[in-house]
Amino acid sequence: MTGEKAAGAELPIEAVRPVRPGRWLGAAVALLFLVWLAYTVIVNENLHWDVIVAYLTDGRILGGLWVTIQLTVLSMAIGLALGVLAAVMQLSDNPVLRGTSALYTWFFRGTPLLVQLIFWFNIGLVFPTFAIGVPFGGPKLIEWQANAVITPFTAALLGLAINEGAYMAEIVRAGIRSVDPGQREAAESLGMSHRQVLRRVVLPQAMRVIIPPTGNQFISMLKTTSMVSVIAGAELLTVAQRIYLGNFEVIAMLVVASIWYVVLTTIASVGQHFVEKRFERGHVRLSSRVRRNLSPLPSKEPLPVESSKEPPLPKEPS
Amino acid sequence: MNAQDQPMVRIRSVRKRFGSLEVLKGIDLDVPAGEVVCVVGPSGSGKSTLLRCVNRLESIDSGRIWVNGELMGYAERDGRLHTLRPHELSRQRRGIGMVFQRFHLFPHRTAIENVMEGPVTVLRTSTAQARRQAQELLDRVGLADRGHHYPAQLSGGQQQRVAIARSLAMRPSLMLFDEPTSALDPELVQEVLAVMRDLAATGMTMMVVTHEMNFAREVGDQLVFMDDGVIVERGDPREVLAAPRHERLRAFLGQVQ
Repeated sequence: MTGEKAAGAELPIEAVRPVRPGRWLGAAVALLFLVWLAYTVIVNENLHWDVIVAYLTDGRILGGLWVTIQLTVLSMAIGLALGVLAAVMQLSDNPVLRGTSALYTWFFRGTPLLVQLIFWFNIGLVFPTFAIGVPFGGPKLIEWQANAVITPFTAALLGLAINEGAYMAEIVRAGIRSVDPGQREAAESLGMSHRQVLRRVVLPQAMRVIIPPTGNQFISMLKTTSMVSVIAGAELLTVAQRIYLGNFEVIAMLVVASIWYVVLTTIASVGQHFVEKRFERGHVRLSSRVRRNLSPLPSKEPLPVESSKEPPLPKEPS
Repeated sequence: MNAQDQPMVRIRSVRKRFGSLEVLKGIDLDVPAGEVVCVVGPSGSGKSTLLRCVNRLESIDSGRIWVNGELMGYAERDGRLHTLRPHELSRQRRGIGMVFQRFHLFPHRTAIENVMEGPVTVLRTSTAQARRQAQELLDRVGLADRGHHYPAQLSGGQQQRVAIARSLAMRPSLMLFDEPTSALDPELVQEVLAVMRDLAATGMTMMVVTHEMNFAREVGDQLVFMDDGVIVERGDPREVLAAPRHERLRAFLGQVQ
């Protein structure tokens, strides 16, 4: 046979890759389409690029951007806390706690967010005052006027956070249920309390399952905040609308808002990637596990070869 | 009865059912302090359930279990039994180590963090002291150099040895082993049994559910054969294995050996 070498010699692979004309053609068409799209967008004078650039860092736009960030972060944080609470209640042995949690997720997932936002904004029509005191008509300690407390911002926060909590509850519940029951048993055998088991063992592992959909929820929330424009929430879209009602630059203002939404979601996606990596600790995928076994481990000291300390027991005849 | 001659584990008339299936049909068993009791039997005989009842991972339907003189799971006051509160049960479990068939190491923590977890979280030991103690324990199970590895980076035998170290970190007075070598590749079984043999030599009280008849013969002080929810035969492992009296045990030994 030609090319045959002595045993043990290296046999490098330098193969010629096959030509794929169909793929080349497809790529060419796609590239042409993208160039055409960019061309039409850039040369289109109706888009008013100068206006877009001018308003991109406008003080009002940046103010709306800041409100959008605040609404997103706060409603996700409150939503996550509500979600964990509802999920833990859902997994409780007590039927009343389970039922309360089920009622919560059922109602807030069952009604449109838009309706909830308008409802919270107008809650003063149903409950003109809020008070802390003895319920069922007892004495009141402190009392507020609903119209003073319910600003567009607080109404938006209430609507977004409570609605988000209902979705997060399902995500957290799925995460908790994904943890092997043996983990709980091992932790309980060490004498951990229920709370310690949850905090130290179950939730950190559930996070692996919880984080990716939560990242999606966060990115989705960045854009969902735009719904708040129906109650004039002063976030990015509301501000953009206010400006175009004055200068009639409807499309330009929507492009300005969209650019900022894309920037925010891009940053959030990068952040999600790093958070996911953090919670992947200990969960080695096979490929990297094999790689780690082949190469030295990320440790200071070198790995000695494992040797069995004791000889195996002599087999006794039975 | 003083602490010296009181058995570490006293099991009396224990019954347990899962739905319509009665898996324990009146079990009586004593494990004297410092002894190793090996529980053998076919799968479904109730041996694992019995072990899980001792540290109350499973509740029992009737009977009593005392560990170290303490009634497990209940307090007896004014002639009535009161179910213990969760934190009181947790306190009882601290003194009982448990090793599982499938290890159940915490995958998000390294080997040494697994061993430190109990002392730091439950006993409030300082991190530095827990780390020192964990390093000693890893050394004792022959894994001094594997502390920074995650469980997924360890072999089954190594994981099980870390799991034993994790239990020992709580300084238990009783160790329960639920088929500790059944999930291991054959060549990894001996390294785990070696650690258990060392542990028995230190005078640890152990209840071991196992299929390793050689281990039972060599290390066990008592052999208990269970079948269909009852203890069929018990006694000195060497005598029982050499001359089983019951036909069911003879048939079982014929299958496992």
